[in-house]
Amino acid sequence: MMELLQTLQQAGLELLGPAWMPIWTIVKIMVVTVPIMLTVAYLTLAERKVIGYMQIRIGPNRVGPYGLIQPLADGVKLLFKEIIIPSGSNKFLFIAAPILGLAPSLAAWAVMPFSDGTVIANLNAGLLYLLAMTSMAVYGIIIAGWASNSKYAFLGAVRSAAQIVSYEIAMGFALVCVLMASQSMNLGDIVRGQQGSHGLLDWYFIPLFPMFIVYLISGVAETNRAPFDMAEGESEIVAGFHVEYSGMAFAMFFLAEYANMILIAFLTSVMFLGGWLSPVPFLPDSFIWLLAKAAFFLFLFLWLRATFPRYRYDQLMRLGWKIFIPLTIIWVVVVAAWMQTPLWVW
Amino acid sequence: MNFETIMFYAFSAMIVFAGLRVITARNPVHAVLFLVLTFISCAGIWILLEAEFLAITLVLVYVGAVMVLFLFVVMMLDINLAQLRKDFWRWLPFGAALAVLMAYEMIWVLGSYETPGGNAAIKHAADYSNTKELGRLIYTDYVYPFEIAAVILLVAMVAAIALTLRRRKDAKSQVISEQVATKKADRLRIVKMQSEHKDSAANQLGEQK
Repeated sequence: MMELLQTLQQAGLELLGPAWMPIWTIVKIMVVTVPIMLTVAYLTLAERKVIGYMQIRIGPNRVGPYGLIQPLADGVKLLFKEIIIPSGSNKFLFIAAPILGLAPSLAAWAVMPFSDGTVIANLNAGLLYLLAMTSMAVYGIIIAGWASNSKYAFLGAVRSAAQIVSYEIAMGFALVCVLMASQSMNLGDIVRGQQGSHGLLDWYFIPLFPMFIVYLISGVAETNRAPFDMAEGESEIVAGFHVEYSGMAFAMFFLAEYANMILIAFLTSVMFLGGWLSPVPFLPDSFIWLLAKAAFFLFLFLWLRATFPRYRYDQLMRLGWKIFIPLTIIWVVVVAAWMQTPLWVW
Repeated sequence: MNFETIMFYAFSAMIVFAGLRVITARNPVHAVLFLVLTFISCAGIWILLEAEFLAITLVLVYVGAVMVLFLFVVMMLDINLAQLRKDFWRWLPFGAALAVLMAYEMIWVLGSYETPGGNAAIKHAADYSNTKELGRLIYTDYVYPFEIAAVILLVAMVAAIALTLRRRKDAKSQVISEQVATKKADRLRIVKMQSEHKDSAANQLGEQK
């Protein structure tokens, strides 16, 4: 695969010269984003199937064998629906909001290491870049809520702004622990730091176990997924921030939410579960492991949604500010002290 | 003109345009969004200067957190623009004088940094990490100013909370630790009793009649 890509790049360079570099970059971007979009489509089907079986029903089974063409049918339906722009809304921001919601969750993939050396941009400050990108996703929601000129949408936006800003701090501190353990902000180096002769015992989820849990739960809160889907809250504020959206504009929010879920699943695997590394020493490291780990976390997201009722808002804030943030700050100090002793073997 | 120069002028033009729109936009939410655009363009210029840590931190802290809260507040305000614009001409000379003073100060400070060979950014090798350099400086040479700044921020935060905290006397709140510590015996009482038969129930009804 790698040899094929390299020969392709050589041929392109000879053929087009300097004009080849932008084309090559676009090709690399497409190679990452197209599978993400396909995964998003099939994740929606997986969600309906998994929740269906958890509630002892079958889920979608009409379109195609086992309902396998359902995502395409949904996509076509959304594409042909009319986009209704409310008369009192701010038109420019109303259209811009879904784009602002989706763009950061795709931009963050630039620094994702898929296997050793396979990454679009090998940034030294990759971890910071990720934090910056994920922190910008909230603008889509806030602007959507405000531009809709609807009370329900606005309530959803306000809830989501407070929620995402609160959980970002806990998430940031959890990543500070990873950064201390690996002594690097390059995601590839973070995975390589978890390499060792003991397979999964070398991964950071063992010394940083509380941070692993905090990061995972904050990730669920960051993506506005159940049980933290206060921004949507269909039983309280109809559909929250995207209540006025229809057709493709709504689909963009949908895509953004699922793309963010996939991103968090991959990031958790990279930061705490050794990315592309194999869990046992006798099997080779490969991209398949990263996929398997991410698939497990995605299943966990769906499982959580099928299992837990929605959090109450004050309890959500309490969990973020009074439990996660103190816990992460204490663990930063614990890890810093631990690393000075010979007991630190990671 | 190479690629970096073109990017520099593009970002600079964006900063100037967005900065002007911050103060001329009629809608306060638009003004805040233009301020966000200004920050992002500044981050772009810092990236060109190879100050990627500062650039990303600017996006992370200002765009990702501070401006979100700003937007949060501004969206909820009910601003009467006519009221705000009433005394515009009266205060214009004062504002203009301040602006000229600030511009003069900046030119004065930046003008004194003449280095031989112009003010070009120093190029570093690819493995140079300015995050590490910055961290080393902050925690060694500048540790006291850094800690004093941190304490001042903490005091400001505590003061802001203390000023705005109003505790209602009739407010109800949960005591989570108590709820979690509850045992089954605290809430549930199991009563032993004889099982009721259909006949006996009917008999009792008959007797009462």
